[in-house]
Amino acid sequence: MPTKEEVFQKVQNALVEALGVDEEEVTPEATLVGDLGAESIDFLDIVFRLEKAFDIKIPRGELFPEDVLTNSTYVEDGRVTEAGLAELRKRMPFANLDEFAKNPNVQDFANLLTVADMCRFVESKVNVTA
Amino acid sequence: MRWYWIDRYIEFHSGRSAKAIKNISLAEEHLHDHFPGYPVMPASLIVEGMAQTGGLLVCEYGQFRLKVVLAKITRAVFHCPALAGDTLTYSATIESIRDDGAMVTTTSHKGQTLQAEAEMFFAHLDGGHQDKTLIEPRDFLRMMRLLKAYEIGRAADGSRLKEPPGLQDF
Repeated sequence: MPTKEEVFQKVQNALVEALGVDEEEVTPEATLVGDLGAESIDFLDIVFRLEKAFDIKIPRGELFPEDVLTNSTYVEDGRVTEAGLAELRKRMPFANLDEFAKNPNVQDFANLLTVADMCRFVESKVNVTA
Repeated sequence: MRWYWIDRYIEFHSGRSAKAIKNISLAEEHLHDHFPGYPVMPASLIVEGMAQTGGLLVCEYGQFRLKVVLAKITRAVFHCPALAGDTLTYSATIESIRDDGAMVTTTSHKGQTLQAEAEMFFAHLDGGHQDKTLIEPRDFLRMMRLLKAYEIGRAADGSRLKEPPGLQDF
């Protein structure tokens, strides 16, 4: 069972390899898109590396529920609806959506995820020791 | 002219790995200018050859029905130049494959010498792209035949690789 520190190190390593960034840039607060420059295809790369590093399975849409953002039930005029926010909170318990909820523009959603969110996501999939 | 940057497969293990060779010839026009007096195979075309070796492997796994595109080259390292007269052997191994894409590691060897290595991603297009035709499945089949994949290929169970049902009529 990995510790939180080990989870962070493996996530950091996956991001360094997938995004070509320096280790120092991968801080818990760094956002994947804004700070580390991740593009959509990079998420698939990251998912593959996390699956390998932690021996876990990450089904499509689990880390980044893009299907919610393309569903007209949850999006109106480029903004995520209350129902959409509720769905995102349900699907992404590892992410803090409070800031995004204040002004939920779909185009800002991509920049929501931080390295710490990703660590929490992995921790939810593996048993972490204290 | 077709955009072929491999000459033929010498190994093809469905869903796992493949090897292809590329003979570099002075007759290739691009070598005349790259560079005058010193013909070197452009690194970009070596990457393309490695991508074709692995890309067809990924396409075959999906029976040529998924739309596969080279989406990302995470890393590419070139250790030495490839010159006219050299035979490059490209190897591709599928590290991970799932419904949204595949991660493939590739190498290029000159004899026993590692000439280049790269890690790449292929994405399976869906959603709004699903209606677009990139390459007709029958053209994939022609390419696979031309490259001798079905002559030397093996299916996942070790039996001889067969052409996908429904595409042989073309």
